[in-house]
Amino acid sequence: MIAMNFRGPRQIRVDRNKPEPEIKHPYDAIVRVTRSLICGSDLHLYHGRVPDTRVGMTFGHEFTGVVEAVGSGVQKLKVGDHVLVPFNVACGTCPHCKQELYGNCHESNPEATAVGGFFGYAHTGGGYDGGQAEYVRVPYADVSPTIIPKGMDLENAVLLTDVVPTGYQAAEQGGIQKGDTVVVFGAGPIGLMAARFAWFFGAGRVIVIDHVDYRLEFARKFSFAEAYNFREMKDPVLFLKKATDYFGADVCIDAVGCDGTGDALQSITGKALMLQAGDATALHWAINSVKKGGIVSIIGVYGPPWNLAPIGSLMNKGITVRANQASVKRLLPKLIDHIMSGRINPKEIITHRMPLEEVSDAYRMFSGKMDHIVKPLLIPPRANAA
Amino acid sequence: MRHKTLVMQNVLEDTIVEFQDRAIADRNLDDRIKDIPGWGMDADPDNDPTYPMKHWNGADHERLDYEKAPQQPLDIEVLHSIERPSVTRVFGTSSPPSGLSGAVRRFAFKYSEATATHWMGLILADRINVIEGKIDDLAHGILPNPWIERGWRAEWKHNRPAFVRQAATTALLITAGIMLLKRKNKRK
Repeated sequence: MIAMNFRGPRQIRVDRNKPEPEIKHPYDAIVRVTRSLICGSDLHLYHGRVPDTRVGMTFGHEFTGVVEAVGSGVQKLKVGDHVLVPFNVACGTCPHCKQELYGNCHESNPEATAVGGFFGYAHTGGGYDGGQAEYVRVPYADVSPTIIPKGMDLENAVLLTDVVPTGYQAAEQGGIQKGDTVVVFGAGPIGLMAARFAWFFGAGRVIVIDHVDYRLEFARKFSFAEAYNFREMKDPVLFLKKATDYFGADVCIDAVGCDGTGDALQSITGKALMLQAGDATALHWAINSVKKGGIVSIIGVYGPPWNLAPIGSLMNKGITVRANQASVKRLLPKLIDHIMSGRINPKEIITHRMPLEEVSDAYRMFSGKMDHIVKPLLIPPRANAA
Repeated sequence: MRHKTLVMQNVLEDTIVEFQDRAIADRNLDDRIKDIPGWGMDADPDNDPTYPMKHWNGADHERLDYEKAPQQPLDIEVLHSIERPSVTRVFGTSSPPSGLSGAVRRFAFKYSEATATHWMGLILADRINVIEGKIDDLAHGILPNPWIERGWRAEWKHNRPAFVRQAATTALLITAGIMLLKRKNKRK
């Protein structure tokens, strides 16, 4: 089959003869991929920032597909079902899954206890080959995969596997109250979605901070947010304090993670010297820009083992930090309703639709923010096979 | 250019209208639903930091005594964190550890996830693995194709000035390096 193949940092090729996945467990399904997305967090893998990313792996944790085969223990799914596959691999029976923390499953990732199992996300995410391929093995097929509702656009369905729930949870974690001022750091797909959903919780004002002008323009249109370029500021924290009556935002959302930029010390120690797990500028700004007693919601991905962050301010200001990988299955019913009711049309953020065979171009374009790219979609050649 | 940038940096902060937050907050929030689809419909006064998102049901106290799926057959080498007793009931089968990088990974997995030895060891293994990948490719007759693999084709199409600048800088550095080496050899 055709599949993306990681060859090292910033090196990707398409394999045309990767063996097709097989049923390895009674609860497995094999899915023929119909749509697949590249996530901003895939860029952390692409840039070589996530430990235990092995050569030969196929990335991709956002995909839809048609069930081609099921294991002997699968009861809910059947061959021919068209499903959206949440990025969390979740068993459904461990204490964390039973409490709806599907992103923290205890039975899907042998390599790390600090992380749940994710498709196509290094061995730190469990070592599963992902959805930037024609076929994928989907474990625990009865738990998370969800049949795409009738009438739902396939592009909206694939965005429900990660981007939409992750952006929603970023806002939800913020504990936003009616009238709150919410600052979102990062105008990538998750930041755009988080800013848009902040309104659903009753935000009075939503401000997006980034350094890429076309994405800021996108935030103004898609997320109805005020949007500012931090390259035009000497000190973004001072800017935000002034913009919030010298009080600070009620809620700050870090939708950037370890590929941040804007602070020389963070860039040198995080990216050039790798003395910390990437550049934590956004988290630093979030903690400093939020009001005393405010909430910082972290949805951007940081790798192990550590990052420089102002813990002293966290304590002295009485800030609450809320963070987690999105629990996609928990959020799906509500988000399907929002989409089917027309309150949000997430596919507006897909700017590029490319064949799977051009996956290396897609990664380079997404990484370099070329051609005004916001979200690239990959279409495998056998997507429409009968 | 630098001067221009600095001037721009001063502009945004110095010209921002102060106390705008209060003015914006004073707007009638109930009108927002007309402007923004879905405004306020998921508002939840209970969702403040003291309200746990987790649906607590006591399952945490089962510890590891919960209903588990059958064990996926261990037909490949799977490294597991020493912070758990064994492998999980399912696991990925992509790229099992092999070669020198595999040996480094096995060493790294002797340490917990709280240690730098674990994570730095894995990053070292990743870099070794890249070299192993190149050797393996050559052994199978696959030559490096940076035009495709590194996305230079996309760079050429969408970001040509930067591509040309980077290529010229690289060529200049390589030429300078070769000339320096030649000069050193002549002196010897």
